Amino acid sequence: MQREVTISVNGATRTDTVEPRLLLVHYLREQRRLTGTHIGCDTSNCGACTVLIDGLSAKSCTVLAVQADGHEVSTIEGLAGSDGSFHPVQEGFRQCHGLQCGYCTPGMIMASVGILADNPHPSESEIRMGLEGNICRCTGYQKIVEAVQWAAAHPQPQPAGQGG
Amino acid sequence: MSMVGTRVIRKEDPNLITGRGLFTDDVSIMGTTIMAFVRSTEAHADIVSVDLAEARALPGVLVVITVDDLETQELPGAFMRTVLAKDRVRFVGEPIAVVVAEDRYIAADAVELVQVTYRPLPLVITPVEALAVGAPLVQEALGTNVCFEVPWPQEQIDQVDRAFEAAPRQASTTFHSQRVHPVPMEPSAILADWGPDKLTVWASTQMPHGLRNCLSSFLGVPQHQCRVIQPDVGGGFGAKVQQYPELFLAPILSKRLGRPVKYVQTRTECFAIMCSGRDQHHEIDVAFDDDGHILGLRSLIHADLGAYPDLPNSFGMPTLTNWMSSGCYKIPAIVAGYKCVLTNKTPQSAYRGAGRPEASFLAERVVDLIADETGIDPAEVRLRNFIPTDEFPYKVPHAEVYYDSGNYPLSLHEALRLCDYENLKVERDRRNADASEKLMGIGFSTWVEIAAFGPRGALEGFGHIGSYESAQVKIQPDGTAIIATGASPHGQGTHTTLAMIAADELHMSIDNITVRSGDTDTTPQGVGTMGSRTAAIAGEATKQASIKVFQNACKIAAHMLEANPDDLECVDGLFQVKGVPSKTIPWSQVGWAGLSPTLLPDDIPAGCLESTVFAEPTGFTYPAGAYVCVVGIDRDTGHVEVEKFYSVDDCGTVINPLLAEGQVQGGIIQGIAQALFEEMVWDSAGQPLTTTLMDYLAPAASDVPSIIDGRTNTPTPHNSLGAKGIGESGTIGSTPAVVNAVVNALAQYGVKNIAMPISPQRVWRILNQAQGA
Amino acid sequence: MIPPKFDYVKARSADEALAALAEHGEDAKLLAGGHSLIPLLKLRLSSPSVLIDIGEIADLSYINDGGTHIAIGAATTHRTVAHSELLRAQVPLLAHATGQVGDPQVRNRGTIGGSIAHGDPASDQPAVLVAIDAVLVARSATGSQREIPAGEFFRSFLETALAPDEMLVEIRVPKIPGAGWSFQKFNRRAQDWAIVGVAAVLDGTSAGIGLVNMGGTPVRAKATEEALAGGASPAEAAAHAADGTDPPSDLNADPDYRCHLARVLVGRALHEARS
Repeated sequence: MQREVTISVNGATRTDTVEPRLLLVHYLREQRRLTGTHIGCDTSNCGACTVLIDGLSAKSCTVLAVQADGHEVSTIEGLAGSDGSFHPVQEGFRQCHGLQCGYCTPGMIMASVGILADNPHPSESEIRMGLEGNICRCTGYQKIVEAVQWAAAHPQPQPAGQGG
Repeated sequence: MSMVGTRVIRKEDPNLITGRGLFTDDVSIMGTTIMAFVRSTEAHADIVSVDLAEARALPGVLVVITVDDLETQELPGAFMRTVLAKDRVRFVGEPIAVVVAEDRYIAADAVELVQVTYRPLPLVITPVEALAVGAPLVQEALGTNVCFEVPWPQEQIDQVDRAFEAAPRQASTTFHSQRVHPVPMEPSAILADWGPDKLTVWASTQMPHGLRNCLSSFLGVPQHQCRVIQPDVGGGFGAKVQQYPELFLAPILSKRLGRPVKYVQTRTECFAIMCSGRDQHHEIDVAFDDDGHILGLRSLIHADLGAYPDLPNSFGMPTLTNWMSSGCYKIPAIVAGYKCVLTNKTPQSAYRGAGRPEASFLAERVVDLIADETGIDPAEVRLRNFIPTDEFPYKVPHAEVYYDSGNYPLSLHEALRLCDYENLKVERDRRNADASEKLMGIGFSTWVEIAAFGPRGALEGFGHIGSYESAQVKIQPDGTAIIATGASPHGQGTHTTLAMIAADELHMSIDNITVRSGDTDTTPQGVGTMGSRTAAIAGEATKQASIKVFQNACKIAAHMLEANPDDLECVDGLFQVKGVPSKTIPWSQVGWAGLSPTLLPDDIPAGCLESTVFAEPTGFTYPAGAYVCVVGIDRDTGHVEVEKFYSVDDCGTVINPLLAEGQVQGGIIQGIAQALFEEMVWDSAGQPLTTTLMDYLAPAASDVPSIIDGRTNTPTPHNSLGAKGIGESGTIGSTPAVVNAVVNALAQYGVKNIAMPISPQRVWRILNQAQGA
Repeated sequence: MIPPKFDYVKARSADEALAALAEHGEDAKLLAGGHSLIPLLKLRLSSPSVLIDIGEIADLSYINDGGTHIAIGAATTHRTVAHSELLRAQVPLLAHATGQVGDPQVRNRGTIGGSIAHGDPASDQPAVLVAIDAVLVARSATGSQREIPAGEFFRSFLETALAPDEMLVEIRVPKIPGAGWSFQKFNRRAQDWAIVGVAAVLDGTSAGIGLVNMGGTPVRAKATEEALAGGASPAEAAAHAADGTDPPSDLNADPDYRCHLARVLVGRALHEARS
């Protein structure tokens, strides 16, 4: 019971053989070796596994890899520019201390990208509601909200800063 | 310009925002196998049989074992527990068998194929049940469900009795700080690779050195051949200092299979088997006078530790609660004691705050009780009882606990100013008199806690090798610096914090400093990151090591400048004679010379630009603060909303205000979550009802407020930075502020107390009964 | 958490899906967005032998003007329903309530048909459909198609009127552009299911009121509707909101509290629908 799937991830298209039950998040992490997308729960409550499928945010723990056949998936690894420049949302999280342990961060960033795609100038309340499906245990969310506001105010990619 | 005190963005972030973080499950070694647990579905039962045959026969399954297949069966750091259940299970979720398979899909299938038959036993879920005459025993060999006890000392009983006899008024109450789960976003994870010459373990832990030492002793492998690497860790909150079965089973099975073994806990498993926190029941008597002065306090705690206490942390939690049970108040007579009780539930241990949230809850609710009884404003009652600012260091009457420094009236006055208390009260009274408005309540918490664990002997009592923290500063030949620390951060931003401290002392750009942590082979022995200790202790170690290195650097530069070292200064990474910028030597030349003996003065050895310091603080620190919470309550549904939350923290010197705000905000939201949302629930059969994030209500951004931050600065004398620590303050201080606000809003209905979490249903019942009366 | 093994068929048309359903019978489950089914699979609470993926059937994803009603393809995502200008103008209650389902990620993938066919009384949309007398169109492998009134579709907890070989293909919602409406959702966290919810439409004294999570199925607050028709004030009518209901008990609410919430929320819904 194997299926062939052809999935574009961050612009790279590949054909793989998968079990139908393989979750997209495991496909991304283990077959595509993109470990930036994390798993934080079993019930699609935490949003750590959020990616974009055809441009829309989705919880990759609640999507089968076979459902993504023929589609375009974007993960945290594909967000920065090829020149190393950070996406405005990435830079916003850095500037505003929108992350601590960093585990929820890729999902938070991808969900935030989804919010801004629909609504380039969200209010605080719209940001908070837009992130209702993502749980962070470290920040208390305040600086995540500020990070999304920062990104809304700085919509251009940011040159890569001094690395850690 | 000094880095310390500025809002430096983190060195940790570029990896984490690009998906280049490396968490344990991200580590990949060829040939890695996956471990999974067969866990008990019964809360208390004899294991009649375990049938492994079908699971063992599944293609792709490599090994399936029970405790009988283990040479050493006793789990280190746990009370009367084996690594896998032996003959009997004592809580739902307890691991019974372990499977290793080629991948996680096969492992999950194999777990389903293991058949366990049980003979159920009577069980106990609450301390009341556990302490009843003839109660079923969690550990029959113990003969009681009380596993540890600190009774009231007779001398204190007498003192307090006299205080109560002389007191004009007294009151009694009970509290329950309910069981809550730390919910680190990354559950437990380990990858063990035991090769012919060495065991290497990657683990999501808060204390790699402690784990290494424990593994070495349990597995009989010398420490030089046992390496623990702490990669990125997705939160700990106190739940990753324990010795869990998986940490021992993965290495054992790796050795047996000759292949790496990985275990990554699911969220459901995390709720079932990771230690959760709090669960203290308090019985309180307080004596006071008509002016609201507290004259005496009796506190008795029943700590519900679940089936297998985590040693010695589980016993340490109520100890810390006892120590801090007078809060920031001068109470002349206190008697405090506790009983640790076994129940058929998941083991209890440290969760952010670890014993101090329970203490602040006790003290802050008691002060509000006195305000309510006397009719004096709760802010005023606090001001009347604060330990006077000129009485530090202050010893509490009932324990060898010495508060280092504090200015409690300053914090409260700042909070009152920040929230505009006089206007808030007017607003509250107006709304509460208008049935078309939400009810409004104002709650205070002027809390104090104990941090920077600790002075010599403090953590040794918790099973650690020492109470210090370490830092090694090494200048590289190009004049840049690598700092290796024994601290083991997992979100706190310690790499940035330590680099800032070093940058100031080395007079070097922070961009030229890298901090390394979390590898027992390459960092000096450390204790770990817990107990709000890292800034104060690892920070001090970094500072002192940097000072030593800089002194030698000055000698080298002076030699090159043909000057006296005492006449030198270093400006923007350039050494020069003070006030003579025309001739300078950059750090790059000094770094090179430090490892190039022909360039050194005769009395300076090569390698002099390295220093390792183990900082041992001279005492605990006592961060404090004043929080004000404003709640609105829907009169029809009982729904409580935190409308405003004002925080004034005093953690002494703040190294990085941006990071300090992050710690405070995150901590406060966790504390609000305990007050309003979170509780682990078991039914009377011992079945957990909160097993996923669907049932366990960890709040999201949509469900919580923003915090309005304030700050006062009262440095500690126990380190040269003056830093007290801030990792747990928010969680310790915020919960009682919320509960006090709700009780304040409901006071007109005669409410004096309310249980947590304050669900809308709970509030509705109160409102409904009040309206029916 | 790992789903059990199953086989998988990706259907390219409704007919293909129905043929597969006929072939595999009760061992098969339809998969649309998967946001009800996949969590159940991961927790191993469901173990179908075959999943028939209808998530990409173009002829099941549409929002069309049907004259007196709007026709919505069963595989239309919540996001599309919530954003539809047509629905916002003609059936704003449904568009708004759909915007409250789950969270943005769930709405991006989950489908209205999946949510309806799952038959969970805690879901938002079933109560809306019951309140507005929507019609659900089911098709079987034989090609026969039948229309089921929403009020007859939900049989009991997670049980619908769909036969094993039938598939929900379309949801027909009446146009009610001028009617007053309100959707009230009460929960502790925004992403959660409603503890109790109310979907109400009001046209003069004629009301349709659907209740979320007040029984084994979405139910109408019939006593309230009748009281309003009989001339009662909204407040008087709302007092009957829980009459005849049999609400569940869980960690968030016992039946008494749910009945109370139903009365409060129906009162609020009627107030909002009138204004």
